[in-house]
Amino acid sequence: MRIYPFIIEIFQIAIVLILAPIFIGWIRMLKCWFQGRTSAGLFQPLRDIMKLFYKDVVLAENASWIFRFTPYLVFAVTVLAGGIIPILSVDLPLSATADVIALIALFAIARFFIALAGMDIGTAFGGMGSSREMMIASLAEPAMLMAIFTVSLVSKSTSLSQIVQTITHAEFILRPSMAFAILAFILITIAETGRIPVDNPATHLELTMIHEAMILEYSGRHLALIEWAGMMKLFLFTSIGIASFFPWGIAAVDNLFQLPAAIIFMAVKFCIVGIVLVLIELGLAKMRIFRVPEFLGSAFLFASLGMISYFILE
Amino acid sequence: MSQFESVLFSIILLLSTLAIIPLFIRRQKLLIYVTFSLTGISSIFAVLGGLWTVSGRVNQSIILPIGLPDLPIHLRLDPLSGFFLTVIGLLSFFVSIYSIGYIKAFVGKRSVTHLVIFYCIFLMGMFSVVLSDDAFSFLISWEVMAAASYFLVMFEDERTENRRAGFLYLVVAHVGAIAILLSFGIMAGAATGFKGFSGYTFDAMRQTEFSVGWAAAAFLLAFFGFAAKAGVIPLHIWLPEAHPVAPSNVSALMSGVMLKTAIYGIIRVTFDLIGDFPWWWGAVVLIFGLITALMGILYAIMQQDIKRLLAYSSVENIGVILIGIGLAMIFTSFEMPLLSALALTAALYHTLNHAMFKGLLFMGAGAVLHATKERNMEKMGGLIHKMPWTAALFLVGCVSISALPPFNGFVSEWLTFQAFLLSPSLPSPLLNLLIPLGATLVALTAALAAACFVKAFGVTFLGHWRGHHSPHIHEVDWFMRSGMILTAISCLVLGVAPTLVINWIDVLPEQLIGDRIAASAGEFGWLWLTPIAHERASYSGPIVLIVVLAVLLLAYILLHVRKSAIHRAPLWDCGFEKVTNRMQYNATSFSMPIRRIFGFLFSIKEQVLKGGKGGTLHYHLKVRDRFWGWLYMPVADISFYVARKIGRLQQGRIQAYLIYSFITIIVLLVFFR
Repeated sequence: MRIYPFIIEIFQIAIVLILAPIFIGWIRMLKCWFQGRTSAGLFQPLRDIMKLFYKDVVLAENASWIFRFTPYLVFAVTVLAGGIIPILSVDLPLSATADVIALIALFAIARFFIALAGMDIGTAFGGMGSSREMMIASLAEPAMLMAIFTVSLVSKSTSLSQIVQTITHAEFILRPSMAFAILAFILITIAETGRIPVDNPATHLELTMIHEAMILEYSGRHLALIEWAGMMKLFLFTSIGIASFFPWGIAAVDNLFQLPAAIIFMAVKFCIVGIVLVLIELGLAKMRIFRVPEFLGSAFLFASLGMISYFILE
Repeated sequence: MSQFESVLFSIILLLSTLAIIPLFIRRQKLLIYVTFSLTGISSIFAVLGGLWTVSGRVNQSIILPIGLPDLPIHLRLDPLSGFFLTVIGLLSFFVSIYSIGYIKAFVGKRSVTHLVIFYCIFLMGMFSVVLSDDAFSFLISWEVMAAASYFLVMFEDERTENRRAGFLYLVVAHVGAIAILLSFGIMAGAATGFKGFSGYTFDAMRQTEFSVGWAAAAFLLAFFGFAAKAGVIPLHIWLPEAHPVAPSNVSALMSGVMLKTAIYGIIRVTFDLIGDFPWWWGAVVLIFGLITALMGILYAIMQQDIKRLLAYSSVENIGVILIGIGLAMIFTSFEMPLLSALALTAALYHTLNHAMFKGLLFMGAGAVLHATKERNMEKMGGLIHKMPWTAALFLVGCVSISALPPFNGFVSEWLTFQAFLLSPSLPSPLLNLLIPLGATLVALTAALAAACFVKAFGVTFLGHWRGHHSPHIHEVDWFMRSGMILTAISCLVLGVAPTLVINWIDVLPEQLIGDRIAASAGEFGWLWLTPIAHERASYSGPIVLIVVLAVLLLAYILLHVRKSAIHRAPLWDCGFEKVTNRMQYNATSFSMPIRRIFGFLFSIKEQVLKGGKGGTLHYHLKVRDRFWGWLYMPVADISFYVARKIGRLQQGRIQAYLIYSFITIIVLLVFFR
C-alpha cells in the first residue's frame, strides 16, 4: 500500500479547510478595492469563524435535534466532498468514492438538512428560506446535469480524476461544446452557492434573504460550522469547474515533484476566478426571485447548446 | 424443502389462515395477533423462496390439475418471479408486524374481520400473480388482487370519499384488465394461428415468433393495461384517491408492492413473452415514464394531505422505473446488451428500493394519522417532540426517496443516470440528441422530490403545531415501531451494499437480455460500485457513510472539549412580540414558488375573499389535476350520453324484449347457419 496518496489526501483536506475562508476573504477584499473601501484583510473570514467557535450557543426553545445535528452533518459532508475533488493531485484515495453526479448529491444532503433546520424553529423566515432554496436547487439541477453530460461526452467519464487526466493528456483543442458548458457552469455555480444576482450573502433584508433566512437562528459553534461549510462550498464548486475545464497544472499520479507547481497553479487560478466573480457581482444587482427561473433557464440553454454542438461539430 | 415448496407453502399458509379466521371472530384482538403473525410467517417463506430462486437460478414449472376442463393452471418459478416475490414478501413481512399495532386501534370501533380476510386474499393474489405461467391463471390472480384491494379501500365505507375512490379504482382497474385480457388473447391467438385454446400458456407464447403488427398490438394493449394499474399518467387518476383512504398498512402495500405487479407484467410481456421488439416500443415506455415522473412529483408537491402526497410520489417513482425499462428496451433493440443490462438493473433496483421507502413512508404517515387523527399537513407541526421515533424513521424514508447518499434511493437514481450518460453510443443521431433531454427531466424530478420531502417532513414534524387546539399526541407502540425500524434498516442496507444486491439481481438481465453487469459492477470488491468500468464512474456508499460519520464525530468531540453552555431562548420575533404558530410556513406556502413556476400544468383557482366582521380575509386555493378536465370528464360525459341512448332500448315491456330476442335469433340464423 502506498502511503503517498494518503498524505496528499490529508494535505488537500487541510488546504480546503484553510483556503476556503481565505478565498472568501480575497473576494471581499477585491470587492472593497473596486468600491473604493478599505478591506478587512484576507484573513478576516478565518478570524470570524474562530471567534464564533468561542461563543456560547443560543438555541430557540423549540429547536429539536435536527437543528443541532445539521451543522455537523453539513460540515462533514462538505469535508468529504473536499477529499474527493482533485484540487492538487489526481492521486487521491477518496476520489473514487463519488463521481460528479454523486458529488452533487453530497451537496444536496447538506441543502436538504439546512432546509429542514430552517423549518425547525417555526419562524416565517426559516420556512421562506427553505422553500426558496429548494425551488432554486430544483431548477439548477437539470442545467447541472446537462453540463455534466456535455463534459462527460468529451472525456467519456463522470469521475473527476478521470476527466482531469483525459483533458491534460489530450492535445489541446478549442471545443465549442466546452465553451457553452463553462458558461452554464458559471451560472449554476452562482445559483448554487448563493451569490449575486441570485442571492446576496451579505443581506439580512427580510424579503430578499434565501440562504441567510434559513440559518438566521444559528449562533456560536453551530453558525461557525455552517458558515465554514458555506465557504468551502464556493471553494469546491470553483474546484469542480477548474478540474473539468482548466485542469492543467494538477499533479499526475505518483509525481511528487509536480506538487509545488500544482499549488502555485491553483493559487493563480483561484485569484483569477475571484476577480471574475467580483466583476460579475459588481456589475449586477440582485434579481427578483421569480426572475431566477429565467436565469437558470439560460444556464440550461447554454448546456444544451454545448451538448448539441458536440454532436454537430465534433 | 425446495424453492417451489417454500413458496407454495406460503400460499397454503395464507389459505389456512383464511380457514381459521371464523374461530376468532368474537375475539378481535386475538384475531389480529393470530392472522398478522401468520401472514408475517407466510411472507418470510415467500421471501426465502424468492431469494433462493434468484440466487440459485431456478427455473421450475408445475401444472396443477385444477381450473376449467382442459385448461389446467400452470405455475412457474423463475428468477423474474423470484425477484418480485422477494420484493412483495419483504414488504408484506414488515407491514404485517406493523399492522398488529395499527389495526388494534380499530378494535372496539368497528369489526376488523373483513379487513383481515381481504388482507390475506390480497397477499395471496399478489403472490400468485407473479407465479402464474398462463394467461388464464394470471388474469384470475390479477382480478383477485384487484378485488381484494377494492374491499380494503372500502374498509371505512361510511365516508363518501372512500366510496367514490373505490368506484374510481374499480373502473380503472377493469378497463386495464380488459386491455390485458385482449393482449393475452392476441398473443394466444397468434401462437396457435387463432385455432384452439392451447396458446394460452406463457410457454406457447414464448415460443412463437409474432408478426410485427400483432406484436405491436399486443404490446400496446398490455402496456396500456399495466399502465392503468401502475398509475402511469394519464391513467393515474384513481391512485391519489384510493391509496390515501385505505387503512395505512394497506396503503403501504398498495403503493409499495401492488403497483410493482404491473411493472412485473410489463417486463414479463416485453422481454420474456414477446422478446423481440423495435426501438420505438422503448421510446413509448421512456416518454410515458418521463411524463409520469415529472408530473407525478409536481402534483405531489401541491398536496396538503400527507397520504395524497405520498400517493402522487408513487406515481413519480413508477415513472422512474419505467424510464429504466424504456432505456433497457431501446438499448436491447440496438443490440447493446451490456448497457441494456445496466438500465434494467437500475429499474429493478428502483423497484425494490421504492417498495422499501414508500412502505416506510406510508407506515410513518399511518403512525401520524394514528396519533393525531389528522391527514391534513396544514394542521400539523412539531410532532418531532412528541413522536421522536416516528419522526426519525420518517426522516430515513424522506432521505431515501430524495435520492440522497448513502441511502438506497440514490443508488438506483445514480444507475439510471449512468445508463443515460451512456446513450451517446447509440447509433441513432436523433436519439443521441433527445435522450440527454430525458436525463435532465430525471434530474429535475429528483430535485423536486427533495423539495417535496423537505416539505412533507418539515411541515409535519418540525416547527409548532399549526392546528387551533393541540390534541393529546402519543408515540406509537412497539409493533408499529419495529415494522418501521426493519424497513428503515433495509433502506440503509440497500444503499450501502449495492454491489451485493446487484450481484444477486444479475441473473435477471442475464436471462432476459443476455448480458450482465455484476462482473464489472463488483470488479473492485463490495466496497466499490463501478457499473460499466471504473474509469467511467464509481460510487462507494460505505465510504460515504463512514467518512461522514467520522468527520461528524470528530467535529462534535473537538467542539465539546471546552465546556460551553447552551442557552435556550425564545425565538427572535423582530421585536414584533405577537408571533403565533399560524405565521409559520405551511404546506401551501412552501410550495408557492414551484406552483407559480409550473402553474401552467395545473388548473389553479385562487381567491381571496373579504368577509365576516372586522374585515377578515379568507384565502381559497384549489389545485386540480388538469387530466380531469382534459380526459376524464369528456370520457365520463360520452359514456353517460351513450348509456342514455342505449337505455332507450329498455322499454320495460315484455313484448319489446321478445321482439329483440326474435330479431337476434333471425340475425344469428342468417349469418351463422
